[in-house]
Amino acid sequence: MKKTRRDFLKSAAVGSAFLATPFSLHAQDLKANDEAVGMLYDSTLCVGCKACVTRCKQVNDMAAVDAPNDGDRIWDSPVDLDYRTRNIIKLYKEDEKYFAYVKHQCMHCIKPACVSACPVSAMQKEDERGIVFYDKNKCIGCRYCQVACAFNIPKFEWPESYPKIVKCDLCKFTNLKLKNEPACCETCPTGAVIYGKRKDLLAEAKNRLVASPAKYTGEIYGEHEVGGTNVLYLAGTSFQNLGFAELEHESAAMMSEHIQHTLYKGFIAPVALYGFLALVALKNRKSAHQVEEQKKVATEIVEKVEKDGEES
Amino acid sequence: MSDNSFFSGGINRREFLRLSAGLTAMMGLPYSMHTKVAEAAVADDRPPVIWLHFQECTGCSESLIRSGHPDTASLILDLISLDYHETLMIGSGHQAEESLHKSMKNNWGKYILVVEGAVPMAENGIYCKVAGKTAADSLKEVSEGAAAVICIGTCSSFGGVQAAAPNPTGAVSAASLITDKPVINIPGCPPSPYNLLATILYYLTLKKLPKLDKLNRPEFAYGRRIHEHCERRPHFDAGRFAEQFGDEGHSQGYCLYKLGCKGPVTHANCSVQRFNDVGVWPVSMGHPCIGCTEPDVMFHTSIYDKVQIHEVTPPDFYPNAKPSKRGKGADPLTTAVVGMFAGAGIGASAMMAKKLPQEGEDEEDKT
Repeated sequence: MKKTRRDFLKSAAVGSAFLATPFSLHAQDLKANDEAVGMLYDSTLCVGCKACVTRCKQVNDMAAVDAPNDGDRIWDSPVDLDYRTRNIIKLYKEDEKYFAYVKHQCMHCIKPACVSACPVSAMQKEDERGIVFYDKNKCIGCRYCQVACAFNIPKFEWPESYPKIVKCDLCKFTNLKLKNEPACCETCPTGAVIYGKRKDLLAEAKNRLVASPAKYTGEIYGEHEVGGTNVLYLAGTSFQNLGFAELEHESAAMMSEHIQHTLYKGFIAPVALYGFLALVALKNRKSAHQVEEQKKVATEIVEKVEKDGEES
Repeated sequence: MSDNSFFSGGINRREFLRLSAGLTAMMGLPYSMHTKVAEAAVADDRPPVIWLHFQECTGCSESLIRSGHPDTASLILDLISLDYHETLMIGSGHQAEESLHKSMKNNWGKYILVVEGAVPMAENGIYCKVAGKTAADSLKEVSEGAAAVICIGTCSSFGGVQAAAPNPTGAVSAASLITDKPVINIPGCPPSPYNLLATILYYLTLKKLPKLDKLNRPEFAYGRRIHEHCERRPHFDAGRFAEQFGDEGHSQGYCLYKLGCKGPVTHANCSVQRFNDVGVWPVSMGHPCIGCTEPDVMFHTSIYDKVQIHEVTPPDFYPNAKPSKRGKGADPLTTAVVGMFAGAGIGASAMMAKKLPQEGEDEEDKT
């Protein structure tokens, strides 16, 4: 069968109509649950005592990190978050006069990319309180959450035979359960990190900005970043100095989920695609009559060739 | 104040209140309780105390009678009724024994028994005998009628030096022999007298025993490690250690951990309460803590051996918050040079490729 130009255009139009299912690339506006809990860390109040680091390790039963030059193993010297450290205090030193501390741990995003990326729901987010936590019994060790996280928070237990992902879960299973407060917030001697509902913490942060505008940069990190996080930060120096990336206000996880969920909504797109392909295949299939005719032609040719051979 | 007052020795009201408030704070009671503590201290129902000495050096008694607030006289005459104490009592021989038995009879079930020293058990306990009775026997006899037993010092609490290897007298702690009475251990070699005083006052004030840890030590005094409140702690966190006695670091007051300080494993309030009413304690004078309040440290490990720290804390230095710059990218010159060679390579191969098919085509044409 010969395909005419008209035929081709016709089928192409049908196919593209199926494929080009309209979806918008704009993520919906995220809104934190009113009951969502988080932390507010105020860098200007932190004195760098690291009581939070110690308490976190005690409460969550984490091993110490040896320093290379510490033969007696007398200190816990983590240099960054790792599989033994959920929470760390770092120092930004501008010059001899100005310095600032910063505490890093999971930001508990309103739309967490780790949860979005996890293929088996090992990373989960609580509906009510918005705590992002990890279930080791579901994890398959793919480490997509590590790649997905904009803040580089989930850490993998590389030396273990049965490794887990380690990250802050607001002491969901330990201190929060027992004392209704994460260990770091409970132990902080200066109130630099406090625990509460996100809406209250956000209001408190805004109050502080109004009360002493000269002290702060005027921004609340986590209010909008990647669609907002439940952990909020105030600081007296730019957040880039404190090791935070400048991030989009749209949630990447929201966008990718939006695309995926639109594509696979009701399984329409795959059905349409394969339906279209089937259509093409069907259209190009030769009828039984055509096959018979072709066979006849073929035998004729063979016979002719044989005859010629005999003659020569 | 009456003659029977707490401080008949001439302490004024201000000092009395200061002591009461201080002891209230030490016991971990709210400040508002200090009047109650003061009332308990001046009440006339002084608790009868019987003090037994076994295998010991009397250092605990020495420590106690050197406390200045209150002084010895007001302590043993006014605060408590010290009915029997082999070192301090005036009577001796049968007179002393009579005093003991009289007090036991009159105050049966009410007196506080304070035990100083370990109890020898080898050879039926013949290594320590008073009035013809072995230490184990008199402990059993006197503890029967006691309201509570306070084991003062490491010897009576945990066995101390007597129980250290090879332990020829088979010494055991007095605490281990008492099973039917509440036992409070106040270990130390010697313990701070205020720990004993605070324990007795706690009992008098609240009519109950203070909260104890799992080694039966009062938590208000033995709840935390020496290390946690040591004045040399900042040196530890910053990694400044005295390496030898008399070296530069030692004279600068650096941390004594590497000289064998047992502070990180020793539960006691020495670094806070101090000694001798003048604010000194061993570490303040440059000697490492020897861990005398722990059952398995002093007399079981060398004084100058380093201890393994189990609850480690972060040091005094910080990781950098601002991410360090990643490896420097290629600079423009390198990029240009590499680019030039790469470009030349691509150009050359393109030229060669152009030539190759031409020959092929020629051959095809010929056929």
